[in-house]
Amino acid sequence: MLGYTLRRLLAAIPTILVLVVASFFLMHAAPGGPFTSERPLPPEVLANIEARYGLDQPLWKQLWDYLTNIFLRFDFGPSFVFKDRDVNDIIAQGFPISLTYGSLAFLAATIVGVGLGIAAAIRHNTWVDYVAVSLGIAAQALPNFIMGPLLILTFTLWLGLLPGGGWNGGQWQYLIMPVIALSTSYMGSIARLTRSSMLEVMTSNYIRTARAKGLPERKIIWSHALKPTLLPVISYLGPVFVYVLTGSVFVDMYFSTGGLGKSYVSSALTRDYAVLLGVTILYGVLTVVVNLLTDLAYAWFDPKIRFQ
Amino acid sequence: MIRFSKTILSVAAGSLFVFGNALAESHIPAGTRLAEEQIFTYRVLDEHTSVDPQVVEDVSGAEIVRDLFEGLMNQDADGNLVPGVAVGYEVNEDNTVYTFTLREEAKWSNGDQVTAHDFAYAWRRAADPELASPYQWFIELMSLDNASAVIKGDAPVDSLGVKAVDDLTFEVTLSAPLPYFPQMTTHSTTFPAPKAVIEAHGKDWTKPENIVSNGAYVLTEHLPSERSVRERNTLYWDNKNTTIDKTIALVINDENVALTRFLAGELDRTEVPAGQFPRLKKEHPDEAISFPRLCNYYYTFNLSDSGPQAFKDVKVRQALALAVDRKIITQNVLAGGQPEAYTFTPAAVAAFTPPGTEMAAMSQADRDAKAKALLEEAGFSKDNPLSFEMMYNTSEAHKKIAVAMSQMWKQKLGVQVQLTNMEWKVFLETRGNQNFELARGAWCGDYNEASTFLDLLDSESGYNDGKFVNADIDGLLEQAKSSDDAAGLYTKVEEIIAAEMPVIPVYHYAGVYMMGSDVGNWPVNNVEQNWYSKNLYKTAQ
Repeated sequence: MLGYTLRRLLAAIPTILVLVVASFFLMHAAPGGPFTSERPLPPEVLANIEARYGLDQPLWKQLWDYLTNIFLRFDFGPSFVFKDRDVNDIIAQGFPISLTYGSLAFLAATIVGVGLGIAAAIRHNTWVDYVAVSLGIAAQALPNFIMGPLLILTFTLWLGLLPGGGWNGGQWQYLIMPVIALSTSYMGSIARLTRSSMLEVMTSNYIRTARAKGLPERKIIWSHALKPTLLPVISYLGPVFVYVLTGSVFVDMYFSTGGLGKSYVSSALTRDYAVLLGVTILYGVLTVVVNLLTDLAYAWFDPKIRFQ
Repeated sequence: MIRFSKTILSVAAGSLFVFGNALAESHIPAGTRLAEEQIFTYRVLDEHTSVDPQVVEDVSGAEIVRDLFEGLMNQDADGNLVPGVAVGYEVNEDNTVYTFTLREEAKWSNGDQVTAHDFAYAWRRAADPELASPYQWFIELMSLDNASAVIKGDAPVDSLGVKAVDDLTFEVTLSAPLPYFPQMTTHSTTFPAPKAVIEAHGKDWTKPENIVSNGAYVLTEHLPSERSVRERNTLYWDNKNTTIDKTIALVINDENVALTRFLAGELDRTEVPAGQFPRLKKEHPDEAISFPRLCNYYYTFNLSDSGPQAFKDVKVRQALALAVDRKIITQNVLAGGQPEAYTFTPAAVAAFTPPGTEMAAMSQADRDAKAKALLEEAGFSKDNPLSFEMMYNTSEAHKKIAVAMSQMWKQKLGVQVQLTNMEWKVFLETRGNQNFELARGAWCGDYNEASTFLDLLDSESGYNDGKFVNADIDGLLEQAKSSDDAAGLYTKVEEIIAAEMPVIPVYHYAGVYMMGSDVGNWPVNNVEQNWYSKNLYKTAQ
């Protein structure tokens, strides 16, 4: 298992490198640069700025310097737009925020989603099932960019219960709306996935055998049906975890949380090359790691695909 | 874009200007009951780029910097010049040497005195190729002696035309006479910088734990993309006349969310989203405000070789300009009190008299009839319709206006318009390379004078994306630079624009805000919107 994990991690390095190189050239291929503005800068001013950020060098040299700075000094360079800050700063400030509300949203989506799905499957074709399914569909149909303004309108303006935005070091009042907005649509998908998976498992032969043996229903569900039910859910959860972190741009926009999602999108729009690449690398690494964790969890849940 | 004020002040050569202590008289009307808690909270669209005075380039950053630092001069609520760190200045015969006298009581927030050396250091720093500030262009614009050579790296930074004669005397030498030079010292690029602090902390000097500033406020908290907080600087020389204790800028990207939070009482100021002003004015008459700003909104024809042949005919340009019903755009689409535009320069610009153009005087029905006739004269008809592409940068508001304009042309003139939108940077690149037919443009004045707008139509201008060339305009603008009274010349330029129609002026901007009714002294008459927290106050409700 350990050898497998190490091999996977080593294989990730070329993947990330390809990602960096591709992003780097794509980024430079987009029209306009970080210093394109409505007021064209005088050539001598532009020359000074480009020299300062190394943009006057040939592209391959820029890429080489960038990579060596990362590998030798773990320095992702200065931001071209936020002149008082560098990329390491921006990631160090934004990522913990994204990670906090992202993980909470992920947990909420998983726990509630799986719970609803199981309840619906066990009480198949009863009112519990119907309520759970309708809730799931409703949640799925409400993307976070609709949920965001709607929540603020309800909890801040009408009820006056929660602050309309901000982070405040992650105080609970500031977490509730972002977590709800981010988790609902995933919650719906997880609930539906769990329900259909469980319904399938409950009709399989070994469950029938267990029933024939006279095992109590509770034991059948928890000891025999749960693990195989969760297999398809787990393969869905891996990408979801990355999505809740990268797709958090709406949360950052509507709730002023200061997370990394907004930085990612705005750095692309402002051509803040260093921030864009830095966050891309972070998300790339995250995707690779989460995929690996998903595979390991798979192996733990299903002996059929356990590795030597 | 950051702006500074020009004009108004006509300077007699060789004179001495010492201002009375204008700020000593309070900005609060007698009998006002002040609120106990003096905190001003406002919304900003995006995280500011910097609070380093020599580096900052965005409006929200400049607003913070104006509170944290104080330059030689400030602006009052009407945009007039009032003393800042300088108590006055002297100017030589030919307007090329300005000598500012600094006030002794001006202090940095660490207790050090603010000296002429701090200004000399800051101005050299702004020009320094090593810092590579995007606002080096401003130093060039100020015509400081040797500025261009220093920026190009051909001359040492010390050779810039600034000198600290002694601690309280700051001398500036210009390469060209500039009567409005003192107005430029209200701009953040010219604010002093604390050398010792910058050298000790490097790029991190602007962090709240390191920063030392000389304005009415100090930066006490900065949570990027969330908020920044500035609090009263008790060492500020005019601290006794400062009322607001704390100013908080909240970053809220979405304007509708910002409006909700304003209505929930979390904000004292936010922008009104397009189209919502009439409803808000009705529901909150004391809080919805609208006032003119120094910005225009227009469409520019591509008159270069790569532009369509049809636009080279002035009749076509005029027909299109005439057929745009600006009333519908300003009253129905935007609905925020924006003035309709028939000139390139907004009427709110100081010392500018818009010419009485024929188009402005006509009724829309007459305009439409004339437009039809002109287009027919130019050889376009139902069987041979005019068609072109109209380009704007991606935004809901721009789209609404472009759709309205193209429909007006289609219905009235049978013109076929294809709409294209592009993301901002791609748009700028495309427009700058003349890869367009008709493109959106907008400009906010850098200073309160008509040339900041009209220079865009100078044939040599780098911002003249339509490549309009007119020798008369170039001549008039050149003449205006050295003229004591340029107003008449600017009116003439606008008359040529109205005849030649290289651009279609659509509307001029308004500042459309929701402003808490307890906020006192917001400078609605300062068209550049250079506001200072120290001049605001909050009344008890």
